[in-house]
Amino acid sequence: MSHVRLSHVTKTFSRGRGDEVVALDDVSIDVARGEVFGVIGQSGAGKSTLIRLINGLEAPTIGEVHVGDQEITALSERDRRAVRRDIGMIFQQFNLFRSRTVAGNVAYPLKVAGVDRAERDRRVARLLDFVGLLDRAHDHPERLSGGQKQRVGIARALATEPSLLLADEATSALDPRTTAEVLALLGRVNRELGVTIVLITHELDVIRAVADRVAVMDGGRIAETGTVYDVFANPTTTAAADFVRGALRDRPSAETLQRLRRSHRGRIVTVAVRDRTGFQTALATTFLAHHVAADIIFGGISELQERAVGSLTFELTGDAGEIDAALAALRTDGVDVTEEKG
Amino acid sequence: MDEFLSNLPVFREAIGQTFYIVAISVVVGGLLGLALGLVLYATRPGSLMADRAVFIAVNILVNVVRPIPFVIFLTAIQPLMLVAIGTTIGTNAVTFALSLAAAFAVSRIIEQNLLAVEPGVIEAARAAGARPISILLTVVVPEALGPVILGYTFIFVGVVDMSAQAGLFGGGGLGDFAVTYGSQRYNWPVVYITVATIIVIVQAGQFAGNYLARRALRR
Repeated sequence: MSHVRLSHVTKTFSRGRGDEVVALDDVSIDVARGEVFGVIGQSGAGKSTLIRLINGLEAPTIGEVHVGDQEITALSERDRRAVRRDIGMIFQQFNLFRSRTVAGNVAYPLKVAGVDRAERDRRVARLLDFVGLLDRAHDHPERLSGGQKQRVGIARALATEPSLLLADEATSALDPRTTAEVLALLGRVNRELGVTIVLITHELDVIRAVADRVAVMDGGRIAETGTVYDVFANPTTTAAADFVRGALRDRPSAETLQRLRRSHRGRIVTVAVRDRTGFQTALATTFLAHHVAADIIFGGISELQERAVGSLTFELTGDAGEIDAALAALRTDGVDVTEEKG
Repeated sequence: MDEFLSNLPVFREAIGQTFYIVAISVVVGGLLGLALGLVLYATRPGSLMADRAVFIAVNILVNVVRPIPFVIFLTAIQPLMLVAIGTTIGTNAVTFALSLAAAFAVSRIIEQNLLAVEPGVIEAARAAGARPISILLTVVVPEALGPVILGYTFIFVGVVDMSAQAGLFGGGGLGDFAVTYGSQRYNWPVVYITVATIIVIVQAGQFAGNYLARRALRR
């Protein structure tokens, strides 16, 4: 069932004097209830605008935004405020209220929603316990570390028990270890509380850690959408391929290739490693059958959604005709082989 | 010293007048200025309750009034004084003028400090579904409270300064005392004791302001 739906949304900003910037260009996404949906893109790709359309902080120029059975774009500002109370949001810079304690921050959305004090106190305690910060309830945010601040942000976003959480580059200001902690917490929010999460990021590692499905954004458009494995194991656009290469570092760069060539005189091919049993055996037997010596000189194998993905670069030596025959046999077998030219 | 002691009753009265003028001007001007400052902040284009017409009108009003030197302002608003309090001289007349002058100065200080509040915090409140007026009063103002208190302290010092000109319009106060009983009679101890008293008042105000601001900022 669809939880968030953007249909053909275009958003242009005016920079004055008729100078228009297209932030989003005919964007459509469909987020299912209960999933973690990631949007990845370089900065300036329109991600921040996209996520703000969902809770109506921004209005599209053209197109419709639906959350649950409500069309956000058709609501008055007053009705949008009511919808926002059922949508949590966390931010890159945490955006905690410095004038309030940790507990006061978490209580804020409950005050806005008109929840009475006794119930507020109960929920704040439960949420702070959930994020592991019950003992910091009376501290002010500036006394917390970045990871702790984001956990307060998450507790605050969950205060009104929303069914949807928007995460705007929630881990981009954190170091790798705290990033992992916060992502693990988001995973718990999704699994234990059943909250749908839409997160935007420029880091593939974030997507790999928590997302079920992903949309790749490039220049205000959605380049690809699909399961995380499908999009990044078989990227069909350069935007997606760039993210995979950047995160996995499994393919040699042009400079690396040049260096490899100096010490390896044979033919160099890169084979994509995919989640497929007997893959390496097939490689070995094929090279053996054609009397081709294959040395691994570069590569890496990683996991996406618990399935293997990566690539191995080989130096092949042997009879030129036999090498061609071996590569042809592999391709027939469905193996993705690229000869590194140049 | 004897020359000063003989004027002690007048000195006491002058201190009382200065306190009266300053206290009322800071409170009334402070509240009026707070209201004006909130309007300037909130109606600015792109802000919480953006309203171009209101913003431009208030902005121009503040820009017109604020640069007028206080002593000229005192004269210029005499017609308004007559309507509002029925007189153009005396302590109340000066207090009325000073409250207005302070309000316009305070409005800019409030506006500037509210503008320094991080937009992200406001966005977090909007995302929680809060109404603009509630964001303004329960988020923006508390977030800016420390600098706002320092701003008020600055205004307090300015008001003490301006209150010294009250004597020109029969308002009394320490400034008037220092001139009438001091410098015009070549009675220097009176002048210096008055100066010292004003320094003490200003220092006390500054100290209190710093203390409150530190508490608001928790530093």
